[in-house]
Amino acid sequence: MSVGHQVDSDHQLARLLQIGIVLEEVVEARSYHHYQSLDDEPPLDQEIEALLEHAAEESAEHRERLEDLIDQLDAESVPFEQIEALVEAQYGSTEPEDFDDILYDQLCNEETAYKFYDDLVGALRASEASFSIDRDRLIDILVGIREEEAQGVEEVTELMNTRQ
Amino acid sequence: MNTADQYVKAIYLLQQMEDGPASTGALADRLDVSPASANEMIGKLESRGLAEHEKYKGVTLTDEGIVRARDALQTYCIIERFLANVLSVDEFRAEARELEPVIDDLVAERLDTIIDRNPECPDCFDPETDACCHLDVVAEQVEPGEQRAD
Repeated sequence: MSVGHQVDSDHQLARLLQIGIVLEEVVEARSYHHYQSLDDEPPLDQEIEALLEHAAEESAEHRERLEDLIDQLDAESVPFEQIEALVEAQYGSTEPEDFDDILYDQLCNEETAYKFYDDLVGALRASEASFSIDRDRLIDILVGIREEEAQGVEEVTELMNTRQ
Repeated sequence: MNTADQYVKAIYLLQQMEDGPASTGALADRLDVSPASANEMIGKLESRGLAEHEKYKGVTLTDEGIVRARDALQTYCIIERFLANVLSVDEFRAEARELEPVIDDLVAERLDTIIDRNPECPDCFDPETDACCHLDVVAEQVEPGEQRAD
């Protein structure tokens, strides 16, 4: 192994983008399940409901952007349906205990996604490799997604603060 | 995972395999770096209080170094399990090493929520096969020199 190895091939990049899809799917599945669970709660919290709905929509949209990038790479990837089924199976069985749990979980998911994109952008900037996709466009798309994750973290944090 | 983490992880595994200090040569081989580079990094690890080097014997991790190595190994183990068990990647060792520097422990922990967490991790990692023992595929023993990804 080469120590301090950076991203330098279509295959490795595709794998990392696939991990991004998994993280987005976790956010989406988790938001969806939480959103569904709120239907059963009599005092419906509209703020949390709106936040989760937005988070799920945004994650689905990020996932599509990542899939589009993978399609342009010269690499094989795992079908999304397989990832979706796996994440669904894992999260379908877990239920949040209360609204604070929901928000905290949402915060962890958004923070992790942010950290992932931040590290990936850093690794790409440190690498001089060329890919089947234009590097600048690739980095621009990932930076865009990272900033939306940062906004997501901010929105959850604000909502958590107002509820304290 | 940064370069220092990759070194302490390799020293930790070599100490297990050799049941004693890790020799500089074996460490350089495992990381596919020159003995001079390995020596330089060992010096840095010593100055950070993570390892101790004894001439003609080899390098040994301090308690702090062991904690750091086990954290790094756990992150690596999660990446390997995720690749092998979730994405069914055949070349999971090589790919895990490629992804290791880019995947943060926070991200690895989230990936771990999709696979079943094993409380004994990273003790589930077998240095002889260079693989986690909870993989759905059977990991064959790696011959010396074969474990390089690049």
